[in-house]
Amino acid sequence: MEVPVIELQDVKKSFGPVDVLKGINFKAYAGRVTALVGDNGAGKSTLIKGLAGVQPYDSGTVKFDGEVVTIHTPRQAGHLGIEVVYQDLALCDNLDIVQNMFLGREEIKALTLNEATMELQAQKALESLSVRTVKSVRQKVSSLSGGQRQTVAIARSVLRQAKLVILDEPTAALGVAQTEQVLRLVRTLADSGVAVIIISHNLADVFKACDDINVLYLGKMVASLKTKETNQADVIGYITGLKTAEGDDK
Amino acid sequence: MSNVKISTGHEGTAKDQITAYFQRVKSGDMGALPAVAALLVLTVIFTAASPAFFLKPINVANLFVQAAELTMLAAAMVFVILLAEIDLSAGVTGGVGMAVFFRLMQAGMNWIPALVLGLVVGAAIGFIIGFFVSKIGVPSFVVSLAFFLGFQGLQLVLLGEGGLFRVDVPPINAIMNENMPPIGGWITLAVALILGLLITGYDRRRRASHGLPNRPYSLVILKYGAIAVIGGIILVVMNVNRSANVFKPIQGVPYVIPITLAILLLGSMVLDRTRFGRHLYAVGGNPEAARRAGIKVAKIRIISFIICSSLAVVSGLFHVSRLGAVEATAGRQIVLSGVAAAVVGGVSLFGGKGRLMHAAIGALVITIISNGLGLLGWDAGSNFLVTGGVLLLAATVDALSRKRSAGSQVRV
Ligand SMILES: Nc1ncnc2c1ncn2[C@@H]1O[C@H](COP(=O)(O)OP(=O)(O)OP(=O)(O)O)[C@@H](O)[C@H]1O
Ligand SMILES: [Mg+2]
Repeated sequence: MEVPVIELQDVKKSFGPVDVLKGINFKAYAGRVTALVGDNGAGKSTLIKGLAGVQPYDSGTVKFDGEVVTIHTPRQAGHLGIEVVYQDLALCDNLDIVQNMFLGREEIKALTLNEATMELQAQKALESLSVRTVKSVRQKVSSLSGGQRQTVAIARSVLRQAKLVILDEPTAALGVAQTEQVLRLVRTLADSGVAVIIISHNLADVFKACDDINVLYLGKMVASLKTKETNQADVIGYITGLKTAEGDDK
Repeated sequence: MSNVKISTGHEGTAKDQITAYFQRVKSGDMGALPAVAALLVLTVIFTAASPAFFLKPINVANLFVQAAELTMLAAAMVFVILLAEIDLSAGVTGGVGMAVFFRLMQAGMNWIPALVLGLVVGAAIGFIIGFFVSKIGVPSFVVSLAFFLGFQGLQLVLLGEGGLFRVDVPPINAIMNENMPPIGGWITLAVALILGLLITGYDRRRRASHGLPNRPYSLVILKYGAIAVIGGIILVVMNVNRSANVFKPIQGVPYVIPITLAILLLGSMVLDRTRFGRHLYAVGGNPEAARRAGIKVAKIRIISFIICSSLAVVSGLFHVSRLGAVEATAGRQIVLSGVAAAVVGGVSLFGGKGRLMHAAIGALVITIISNGLGLLGWDAGSNFLVTGGVLLLAATVDALSRKRSAGSQVRV
């Protein structure tokens, strides 16, 4: 069996009395796009915040490339090669594309920022993803459209040579063409050997872009399926709780 | 790999670059432009209204000296305003630093270590404010208001009610009251130009070695030519003998000007060219994004407050130099003008936007208003009213340009 890039075993998280994650098992593989679906409040964002080190889990085991790791800070996640593109993108509007892409990992030479190297690498990363819509890498992010911002956020993870890229609702705010573009970008990324996790409410997108589908229902992983072996009706059943893990309809 | 080329903003002719600049201005990214315009308009108005005095070398020299103290305080404030924070205690922090400096000297310490310790006290104050803000989560407005009140008391404790003590340290008195020999001004300007050109050249070579395009040379020449011309005019004016006493000529650039410019340039290098500076802007723009990028937000905040309070002590030093004395009430009045200067200069109170040079331009605007109205014989009341109006205008421009740049895009 291939070793998953990331594997979660019995992961739990609660906020005070509210159990948000109730013992999750989850795997994602290199070169594959893994979907994480579930209704609002199912715990999807909470699950990935744990992987990002933004909001550590209360208990459970996290394995990265088969080894048990602890991820308590974004820095630790970054060192492992985990990059997250958040729902809100987490870009600094007042900085330009290059500055955003290198935020927290600036190239330094002679004690000062090596702008030329950063600019060149940012340009290359965007070009490797066949990004056409961005005019200049020195544009302020505040002047970009939703899709362009998404693109910048994804390109940032390319730049950092991530092993695992997590995208929280990457297409939620996008139009048809921009959605297409982002999904193509995701495929390009996975084909380059990265493990990609996508959170999405759009099943059409999920079936188009993902290899595996995991369904969260009220803090429990109720299904882990291969896209090829399932269909939208089944997945909707799991999401809404009409279908259970055992496979029989209620 | 595709062969799509994404530009870097350095391409094109000088004309393209200038067009792009005005496009940025139009979309709300105005920087110091409004303040520079105000500076020009005010100069024209006051020159017309008071042709006999306003542009006289003696008044121009006074203007710069008056502005220096405010510039330094505003520059201090920029470091925290960039984080969308405020330090209302910066003025009195300067006062406390100078009070400590004075008491140490009085106790027999040499002025240099005493001054260093005064600065250390300032840095420590900044650390404490930053700690309360970033680690405990008290809004900086409240923390610094508390220190503003408390330090007025501390100044009284250190110097006594109505305390005013002469400071007789020639190098310190010289900062605001002595001038460089005329040739010194020219040497300073030349050194500044050469340093600037060297840095620009270094950047251009680095870009070229990466195969990146550079802006046309004409723009470099334009920029440094403008600096040379403006600097040259100021020098010529400053080097004219402005003394009324034939036996005791006064000419040359006041020492405070190169000192202030050097600190501003050093600070700008830190903000523009170091990782700390980049992170400072990031935290000011979006603290959550900065945190997720692995930036230690609390550390950045604390360092910024330390820099702010330390520069505030430098501003306090300028004040002492001008007065030739430490006073127990130093820094109460000037602090709000410091905030005003930064905002008028184009530093955004919303955080993440602004430069140190904006502080200098804003300080000049505010100083020119009070200087010009004073020459016209207007009273202090009208000075406050006009300055208040200008501040409101600047803050409105800031808020509107923010709205505009937010409106010109599709938001996620
Ligand atoms: N910081 C928090 N404090 C308390 N409760 C929280 C916190 N963060 C999330 N929750 C709760 O945890 C549950 C899961 O939230 P989460 O954001 O993970 O859902 P989600 O699956 O991402 O939903 P959506 O599809 O709406 O993004 C929700 O009930 C939410 O209210
Ligand atoms: Mg969510």
